[in-house]
Amino acid sequence: MRAIGSWHVPSLVALVAIACLLPFFISNYHVFQLTLVLVYAIALLGLNILTGYNGQISLGHGAFYAIGAYVAAILMDRFGVPYWLTVPVAGAVCLVVGFLFGLPALRLEGLYLALATFALGVSMPQLLKYKPFEPWTGGVQGIVIVKPDPPWHLPINPDQWLYFFSLGFAAAMFLLAWNLLRGRIGRALVAIRDHPIAASAMGVNTALYKSLAFGVSAMYTGIAGALGAIAVQFVAPDSFTILLSISLFVGIVVGGLGSIGGAIFGALFIEFVPNLADQISKAAPWAIYGVFLIGLVFLMPMGINWAIRLCWARIASYRRASSAQLRSPITVSAAPHRRSTGDAPCPPEAMS
Amino acid sequence: MEELLNQVFAGLATGGIYASVALALVMIYQATQLVNFAQGEMAMFSTYIAWALIQAGVPYWGAFFLTVGFSFLLGVAIQFLLLQRIRGQPVLALVVVFIGLLVIFNSLAGWIFTYTIKVFPSPFPAEPPFGQHYVSAHELGATAVTLVLIAVLWAFFRFTSLGLAMRAVAQNPVSSRLVGIRVGQMLALGWGLAAAVGSVAGMMAAPIVFLDPNMMSGILLYAFAAALLGGIDSPGGAVFGGFLVGVLENLLGAFVVGNELKLVFALSIIVGVLLVRPSGIFGSVQVTRV
Repeated sequence: MRAIGSWHVPSLVALVAIACLLPFFISNYHVFQLTLVLVYAIALLGLNILTGYNGQISLGHGAFYAIGAYVAAILMDRFGVPYWLTVPVAGAVCLVVGFLFGLPALRLEGLYLALATFALGVSMPQLLKYKPFEPWTGGVQGIVIVKPDPPWHLPINPDQWLYFFSLGFAAAMFLLAWNLLRGRIGRALVAIRDHPIAASAMGVNTALYKSLAFGVSAMYTGIAGALGAIAVQFVAPDSFTILLSISLFVGIVVGGLGSIGGAIFGALFIEFVPNLADQISKAAPWAIYGVFLIGLVFLMPMGINWAIRLCWARIASYRRASSAQLRSPITVSAAPHRRSTGDAPCPPEAMS
Repeated sequence: MEELLNQVFAGLATGGIYASVALALVMIYQATQLVNFAQGEMAMFSTYIAWALIQAGVPYWGAFFLTVGFSFLLGVAIQFLLLQRIRGQPVLALVVVFIGLLVIFNSLAGWIFTYTIKVFPSPFPAEPPFGQHYVSAHELGATAVTLVLIAVLWAFFRFTSLGLAMRAVAQNPVSSRLVGIRVGQMLALGWGLAAAVGSVAGMMAAPIVFLDPNMMSGILLYAFAAALLGGIDSPGGAVFGGFLVGVLENLLGAFVVGNELKLVFALSIIVGVLLVRPSGIFGSVQVTRV
């Protein structure tokens, strides 16, 4: 993880300011779309912790999203729990479920884990439609949720309130992830990804950290699922098919594996591309996803986040080279060397 | 008793389809150590091509063999154009490419042929053979086609020099290259054969489950379960696994769990096999040294 540069804090403040002011200038539907972008960003952050930082491939994260959504819906609809309490509870439930799933997943490597999670993602809708669970899950029809009103008589409409609610959670989850990943735990996760045998020879408790990564990742996705359910006001088994898991996977690949900022790019991609491409044809969004996936592997393996960082690094190194030229002719010869280090992509092999 | 026999025979029929797709998966795994997530969608796409040919007036068996040829070329093209270039890359890159292929084939089929469910004709007569009522003619015919296909493949690998070369490449690509075998061409051949086998499975499955872009996702899951159960590097095991999974699925679905949890049953087989005995019943145990 890179340390905070001098331009990071002002740009973050600007981003947060824009995010807070934006809902007052756009229509309710667009506010709803931005709420979903925040929701997907949290889910993608979770998946990135597991796949980008820890190297465990999961093609079934839609299942944890579904669990979070259903926990929130069942608590709100059957037990009358206030909506703001259901989100942390959904996160806690998914933390436990994810950790429990992560324990047998310890024995599965790479492709086999992808296979097992793929099977989980495909079979989740069937599990949700199961007849004995119907009093809880509402069966095929699902559960309808009432949209919460803004508290304390704030002068904003419910859509905007939900946006700020999700924004608050997103900021908290991003902060938590940033803190988690830049410390000892983050280094342990990356070490396990890059060379598990060396990591365990160095004393890293591989089993604990891998299961923990699964649990935390599921917690993030569960919180996203709960927020998503409240935003959409509806949960049904067929909203959580394997295509949702594949969308999340596309999101982290496009946004950038092994990066926190990539979650936002990925979320923007998977929220707006289907909306825009749907106007061409029902099949077009998936064709675009497929072309992007294959194209990215060849052209931009670490996603949009890396490409942007590369551009910044190039611009920064040209600026440094030109300012060095102004200061003293001696440093001109040093400029090509600096330019080449500026070109190297920042975190190497985020995909290995 | 009669119900039991019904379920067993129906299970054997669908098991034949699972066995074919599992065989395609195992063939690709043996050659490249990769699990082809896009196998189902490739088979589905080939079945749509067959449907289009039949709609254009080509007789059934003509369309059948034309489609098999087309799928062969499709598999060869995918290997040459895509997979050859990403061969050494880490697992995640390969999974991304396979998922990309899965999604592209699914959406191409939906785009070109629309999402409405279509009826795919069966080459076998409608009334059950020999006057009994346990198996329909199509189920019996599909099982027969599967067994003929497996026999032809077995003979190809066992008795021809090309089959021997492919087996050599699957076992030890470096030594094969040193001996003079064109590894890239053998891999492309393997992919082509696997795609062709998948297309046969698709054409046998379509009259039963009806033709629509999502018809193979459930079948693919059962085929994964079958391939893992039988042994991911054993073709005979994959076939055995396919029939076993088909019969078990029907028996458990009818008598124990109910029809709604069939996919969860496939999930539990996959997870169970991977945890308890990852090499499957007939597969070889992999030992890696640190």
